[in-house]
Amino acid sequence: MSILAFTLILLLGAYLAGLAGSLTGLGGGVVIIPLLTLGFNIDIRYAIGSALVASIATSSGSASAYVKEGITNMRLGMFLEIATTIGAVVGATIAIYMPTNVIAIIFGMVLIFSAVMTIRKKHDHNNVIGSVAARKLKLNGSYPTADGQVHYQLTNVFGGFSMMSLAGVLSGLLGIGSGALKVLAMDAAMRVPFKVSTTTSNFMIGVTAAASAVVYLQRGYIDPGIAFPVIIGVLGGATTGAKLLPRMNVKVLRIIFSVAISIVALNMMYNGFNNRF
Amino acid sequence: MFKKDMSGKILGDRDLQKIIGTLLRFGVITASVIALLGGIIYLFVHGMEVRPAYNTFHGEPSAYTSLGGIIDKVLSIDARGIMQLGTVVLIMTPILRVVCSLFSFAVERDRLYVVITLVVLSVILFSMFSGIKI
Repeated sequence: MSILAFTLILLLGAYLAGLAGSLTGLGGGVVIIPLLTLGFNIDIRYAIGSALVASIATSSGSASAYVKEGITNMRLGMFLEIATTIGAVVGATIAIYMPTNVIAIIFGMVLIFSAVMTIRKKHDHNNVIGSVAARKLKLNGSYPTADGQVHYQLTNVFGGFSMMSLAGVLSGLLGIGSGALKVLAMDAAMRVPFKVSTTTSNFMIGVTAAASAVVYLQRGYIDPGIAFPVIIGVLGGATTGAKLLPRMNVKVLRIIFSVAISIVALNMMYNGFNNRF
Repeated sequence: MFKKDMSGKILGDRDLQKIIGTLLRFGVITASVIALLGGIIYLFVHGMEVRPAYNTFHGEPSAYTSLGGIIDKVLSIDARGIMQLGTVVLIMTPILRVVCSLFSFAVERDRLYVVITLVVLSVILFSMFSGIKI
């Protein structure tokens, strides 16, 4: 295959991955890894490098809109980024010693978990009594809704912080944003309203991914010939997705996509068990 | 920039949100334009060559794995170098966002969050300069 044909096909594939990631809420990076490894027969280390960069692109692109709307809780994000960045550096270090087949198997498991998370019920957690730690750390906040500004409090800061460390490790190890786990930490543990969890998670993905991307760049995982079409394609797809999202009922789409992505995940795991990576 | 909002703070959270939102957008657009420019040159010069052997991992040559090396390549109008510079700008975007938050927390005299932000920044800088390689 010529470089031109490869780049154009990859550009189209990355566009569709970005579109699917945006419509389902999975994020652009996570779909890129199976696309590159299973679809294009690219080594998983190159795939991890470019997926990481793609998740920085989509996270920063969409975060810019959410931050301006005032939904993102920037103090909460900054505080939890201590956990995710330390986790990411640990994850990127573990990745040196971990066989690529094991990485592929873990990736498959995280992908299935993420797919299940997209069809889960969404909670707004009204009337939560905030913990002392949340108040002292100034983590309680408010966000705009159609009925005006809604104030919220949150709880179990330690539990959320611990889950965020794990989210960081997986992000650094697998080259993904691990948005699903970040949302779970804020939603299930800390009882943050759903809209705030998703936008704050998205806000944190860029910094978390950058903490391990600087390691992967120096380690030679990021190839410009792969990263360029991936970045442009995923960003384009995510932009289209953001425009389509308010006009679409994504419920059915999410279920179909979750099933499809789970099959892909099982394929990754099967190949991992058979030492194909 | 230092106008007072209703809570009487010099630089309110709303201002911070606007500045950070603009910074993120600007970073992503700049990175994409650089990567696209490099990509177009790359396709013109190398488009008809055979796809590199990405199925086995070789690691990038050292010229593409350090900022100095990448800048040298950009100055010699090397397409892959320009594309890689786009990636570097993209990686720098969220890091600059943290630096920007640091200043705004300092202006707000929020000592707790100045410390928290410094911790996050130190972790990233440690990761950047520790030079963990294979």
